[in-house]
Amino acid sequence: MGKVEVVNGVETFNGEGFQLAMLDKVIAAARANSVWPLPFATSCCGIEYMATMGTNYDVARFGMERMSFSPRQADLLIVAGTISKKLAPILKQVYEQMAEPKWVLSVGACASSGGIFDTYSVLQGIDRVIPVDVYVPGCPPRPEQIIEGIMNVHRLVKHESLRRRYSDEYKHLLTKYNLNEDE
Amino acid sequence: MSNPITSELLLQRLQERFGEAILNNESPYDLLTVEVTPSSAHEIIKWLKEDGELALSFLTLLGAVHYPEQKGREMAVVYHLHSLVHNVRLRLKAFLSIEDPSIATITDLYVGANWQERETFDFYGVKFVGHPNLVRILNEDSMDYHPMRKEYQLEDATREDKDDRFFGR
Amino acid sequence: MSDIEQIKKQSLFSNDTINGEIATLNLGPTHPATHGIFQNVLKVDGEKILSSEQTVGYIHRAFEKLAERRPYNQIRPITDRLNYCSSPINNLGWDMTVEKLIGAAVPKRVDYMRVIIMELARIADHLVCNSVIGVDTGALTGFTYMFQQREAIYELFEEVCGARLTTNIGRIGGFERDFSPVFHEKLKKFLKEFPKHFNEFDSLLSRNRIFMDRTIGGGHITGERALEFGFTGPNLRAAGVDYDVRVMNPYASYEDFDFIIPVGTAGDTYDRFQVRQEEIRQSLAIIHQAYNNLPEGDYYSKDIPEFYLPSKEDVYTKMEALIYHFKIVMGETPVPVGEVYHSVEGGNGELGYYLISDGGRTPYRLQFRRPCFIYYQAYPEMITGQTISDAVLTLSSLNVIAGELDA
Repeated sequence: MGKVEVVNGVETFNGEGFQLAMLDKVIAAARANSVWPLPFATSCCGIEYMATMGTNYDVARFGMERMSFSPRQADLLIVAGTISKKLAPILKQVYEQMAEPKWVLSVGACASSGGIFDTYSVLQGIDRVIPVDVYVPGCPPRPEQIIEGIMNVHRLVKHESLRRRYSDEYKHLLTKYNLNEDE
Repeated sequence: MSNPITSELLLQRLQERFGEAILNNESPYDLLTVEVTPSSAHEIIKWLKEDGELALSFLTLLGAVHYPEQKGREMAVVYHLHSLVHNVRLRLKAFLSIEDPSIATITDLYVGANWQERETFDFYGVKFVGHPNLVRILNEDSMDYHPMRKEYQLEDATREDKDDRFFGR
Repeated sequence: MSDIEQIKKQSLFSNDTINGEIATLNLGPTHPATHGIFQNVLKVDGEKILSSEQTVGYIHRAFEKLAERRPYNQIRPITDRLNYCSSPINNLGWDMTVEKLIGAAVPKRVDYMRVIIMELARIADHLVCNSVIGVDTGALTGFTYMFQQREAIYELFEEVCGARLTTNIGRIGGFERDFSPVFHEKLKKFLKEFPKHFNEFDSLLSRNRIFMDRTIGGGHITGERALEFGFTGPNLRAAGVDYDVRVMNPYASYEDFDFIIPVGTAGDTYDRFQVRQEEIRQSLAIIHQAYNNLPEGDYYSKDIPEFYLPSKEDVYTKMEALIYHFKIVMGETPVPVGEVYHSVEGGNGELGYYLISDGGRTPYRLQFRRPCFIYYQAYPEMITGQTISDAVLTLSSLNVIAGELDA
């Protein structure tokens, strides 16, 4: 029982009636521990994601208690399953509807690169239409792997600058995907 | 209850009633397979369904097969029927030519044939005359070819990210 | 009379449309209530549905064209992804189709092992469907309880083949390995503990007043109409027709087992729920019978060495085994010319495989008879005249799995 390591969340300087911390660390911690995912589950990886949501491999303990099915209120787009060419414009529309800051997790081989379906009707990877942050390989990946992917997203969220959307790199990425809205 | 219908009896009744429309028959793996002329397929299926004794009134599967080598008979439309009362199955085949692959629809007999015929049209280009809504169902509407035909390859011809040399093609 | 009294006299519900407008509602492809990717454009008058138009094909992965490219052993992973909630049934159905084509007979032990695995998969599939019906009425507890039982079934599959969901279980001619002692322990534990948890789930929903009010009368279809559409499986049995492929065309020694086919009367959502609940109990009974009478013997057929991978000791020591191993892995299997149709009772009904072989290393034509595709056509007819919430429940009670719908 004594092997549990308690990690300090945010470094603070505590005083009598006040607490001092760095603003972006606090915001980053708040964001990372309360990511609201949008499960865009199409096929078999969706069932493994449902198992991850279940009680054995609970993702609620990581702050993902509320699955937001409305893109306007979601932070993380979890694409689990095969995306066909017919569905690609809809996926792009859902991504565009999400508000900044947003991240994308591509679960499974089909979402990452088309998987075993190298056919005329399957999109060979969702990074052809939207920018992706973390890829989770597997067919389907075990819930432990999906949780590892989520941990990596949390790491990204914690260390990301608050001014990300104004950086040149990000603007270049959006132009590449034709996602430039009016400034 | 009348006598149970066996495949032999079914074949006999079909040949008595439809004579020249039954072109040939065989029974691979104990499933009676009968080849019929395309113009008589609808009539035969209707008679099989409405005959009280035979009661072959369940459409199991409807599909097509493309045989590019058989000139004049390239497209085969295959119907699988099943009699739930007598537990006897039947496979009907009608061969169409590739220039004009049209055959009468059976949606007036079986409502469940609607989507199956649309799927066959989508994949092979078989035109079902009289179908209420013969448009593509599984592929995108903008697709201009029928992908399951043998002359088209599996992969998307326009993809540039995968090098065929490394995939053994 | 005064205005207020006049308003009070008017009925609260009228059959006139509000401003004469019929609204179009898009129950779009990505919607949390539709468990899968299919689109329904509904025309509604208030809450009442007047008509609906469907679009499918959002997850079309071209299985049939893909199967023409792959040798016979490599098609089993594709069949996994048809009805992915019960993939062992699809895998074993494919194995049986190829065995029918080549004329191979398998030992009795293989049949009983297949029955155990298929009935476990059927339980898993029905658990998903029933807990999701609960979720759509707002009862989330059943979902969390039953997914824990699904984890127990996943552990059993993992013991046999190594994978949880898309199992690729079985080989042409039998299984890749016999049931291990760990599997026996886990199966005994499952058979002892599952009924308790399942009865708890049943007590939450089956006689629950709210659940019954929501589901009785929703999405009904008569038996004759269902037969016209080509319904099979629990949806047809809920409408009153007792057609089960396991009884009508038995395969894998199903005729040895004693089980009942549950049949409903009204064909509505509540009947579909109850038919699946009863089928879970019947599947448990079948597993008990198969496990208690599991015959001794081989776990694969020794008569078809050209199709069944030999064991590694033989490959490293014997010449013929080495040649067979090479040919099987390369896909040069000597399949006879012919056409065969074989069907199994999947989670949703009659899952059929129409296989035409021309003697080559890959099938000439493989067509899947997908039950979901055939019965989903009836959905607009089932929801016309009902409310939107009933439509959502009907959709989840039909158990439409997107992989099987589009293939």
